[in-house]
Amino acid sequence: MSTLKISDLHASVITDDGPREILRGVTIDVASGSTHAVMGPNGSGKSTLAYVIAGHPKYVVTQGSITLDGEDVLQMSVDERARAGLFLAMQYPVEIPGVSVSNFLRTSATAVRGEAPKLRTWMKEMKDAMGVLQMDPKFAERNVNEGFSGGEKKRHEILQLSLLKPKIAILDETDSGLDVDALRVVSEGFNAFREETGAGTLLITHYTRILRYIQPDFVHVFFDGRIVESGGPELAAVLESEGYERFITPATP
Amino acid sequence: MTTLAAPPIDLAPRLASGSLSDFPIPHGREEAWRFTPLDKVKHMLDVDPDAGDVTSEASGFVTVGPIDAADAGHWLPTDRAAVVAWVSAGTSVRVDIPADTAVEEPVIVHLKAQAARAHAHVDVRLGRHAKATVVLVHDAEADVSGNIVTQVGDGGDLTMLSILDESDDADASGVMSERVQLWHWPVQIGRDATFLGSAITLAGSVVRMLPSVTFAGPGGSATLLGAFLASEGQYLEHRILVEHEAPHCTSSVTYKGALSGEGTHTVWVGDVVVRRDAIGTETYEMNRNLLLDDGARADSVPNLELETGDIASAGHASATGRFDDQQLFYLQARGIPERVARQLVVRGFFVDVLTRVGSRQWRDAVLDRIAQRLGMEPELERELKADS
Ligand SMILES: Nc1ncnc2c1ncn2[C@@H]1O[C@H](COP(=O)(O)OP(=O)(O)OP(=O)(O)O)[C@@H](O)[C@H]1O
Ligand SMILES: [Mg+2]
Repeated sequence: MSTLKISDLHASVITDDGPREILRGVTIDVASGSTHAVMGPNGSGKSTLAYVIAGHPKYVVTQGSITLDGEDVLQMSVDERARAGLFLAMQYPVEIPGVSVSNFLRTSATAVRGEAPKLRTWMKEMKDAMGVLQMDPKFAERNVNEGFSGGEKKRHEILQLSLLKPKIAILDETDSGLDVDALRVVSEGFNAFREETGAGTLLITHYTRILRYIQPDFVHVFFDGRIVESGGPELAAVLESEGYERFITPATP
Repeated sequence: MTTLAAPPIDLAPRLASGSLSDFPIPHGREEAWRFTPLDKVKHMLDVDPDAGDVTSEASGFVTVGPIDAADAGHWLPTDRAAVVAWVSAGTSVRVDIPADTAVEEPVIVHLKAQAARAHAHVDVRLGRHAKATVVLVHDAEADVSGNIVTQVGDGGDLTMLSILDESDDADASGVMSERVQLWHWPVQIGRDATFLGSAITLAGSVVRMLPSVTFAGPGGSATLLGAFLASEGQYLEHRILVEHEAPHCTSSVTYKGALSGEGTHTVWVGDVVVRRDAIGTETYEMNRNLLLDDGARADSVPNLELETGDIASAGHASATGRFDDQQLFYLQARGIPERVARQLVVRGFFVDVLTRVGSRQWRDAVLDRIAQRLGMEPELERELKADS
């Protein structure tokens, strides 16, 4: 049983014109077995929240705390956070020329698990995981994210999720850029992971459609760098029919 | 990091002569010498009676003997360093592949300097319709200047590698030997012949490696590849000249370098000239440099001169970039420690060019050396190789 605890988190992005505050007091607990959907309009700071949890060097935390099972996440380096059990499926995965998917996956699995997986079981593990996501085995020979289509990038993110088996997963707009079939396959991949590991999830999304495939336990409305409303799955239905307007109007002076 | 506006190439055919007096000692303002730290190489630019020869062991296709005029073939030196080597070298290392012969195993030539300063003449000839791979392993323990005169017969297919690296028994701590290496590598490519030449430069404190290509007939193809890794104040210069005179020839140049450390400097100059009769030419040149820290400097100067517009294609690209923090973040976010992540990125930077050198075995050997220079754990490199 794990809990990611975020309390009154304030963070700024470092720009050429100095720091600019994006997160203005985010508080949320994500425990094993629960799925929190975080929904908000463009530019509200959803990716910033994801990056700050993962430790991206472009952001600085100015106030508040993040802990994982009581351990101070903010004191950890990016790779330490991953090894502690946090995983961020990125909105814009990065190309790494000359590094094959298979080399990359094995190196990261070795790092996260603390030892190199046995070659034979690893091959099977990878084949099975790729099968669930309907990925061609040849995919493993390509360079990480290089020339991947939008859908391939997202499958590759979920493939990593299912191999690295984190305690807490953060999915940043994993649904965007996917057609209906790909969305279904990726969601099934995620659901298989969730069922197998019982991980907790922060599911960041702009649209409600992914929630037809991935059932959230909680829905949060994110606006202007903070959570402005929280509820159960029924909140998604309200957002679906009424949009963000009703939640964001009072916050705008 | 600088990419300089290219000065126009001197289109006139270069002076070629075997006579020392035809080439004055450069003073440093000449285009071809403007980057080179002349004070460190000037002892190599005049004749020294105490200089030794560079030899090698004779074997299957390799003979070693006193140099004579025939060793030059049609070639003559084109600058001061080349002419000093030519008039000083007493020994020729010859690699002779007879016509219509296909040699399966690479011919490996270990060059050995006979003195702390030595001069080399290497004469590589591939007969008509022959096919071979020749690997030159340089002696990085001495100051050496030399010429690698290469001729590819009509319809031939020659793959060559020049490996300039610390020898295995050199200090493994990674300290670079304080050595000067000045090389010319003129290649003449016959009608419908194919040449693939790779310069791997890892060692030497001041290195000038100057491959040049001419086509003796139509239909020839030249691929020039290079990988260099510079650190600890090394100066590594690669200067390429491709002259298209014959029609329907193809040239492709790809050089990649990674550099780090205060005072480290690399120079890449790629001159491609397409003469008036070279219709149907296809040419592309590319240099990419990766700066691993702020101390190092890379100059990259592509030059393309077209005397005819009647060509198939011509292009060049040059880019010098810093380490990409997004790539590091992505790898680290998957649990990979920063040091390993950096090594993965640098290795990945080189792997595509090394995959094309024409020898899996040498690709792996060079990757091993790069891994070692980067301080990578041998197990990680083994793992990576097992997978690719
Ligand atoms: N590097 C940066 N430099 C300047 N501003 C930035 C930077 N990164 C983010 N921002 C700003 O921070 C705000 C929040 O961005 P963020 O990417 O977190 O939003 P988001 O909710 O994920 O939006 P989307 O739905 O478009 O993905 C935006 O106004 C954005 O322009
Ligand atoms: Mg976003």
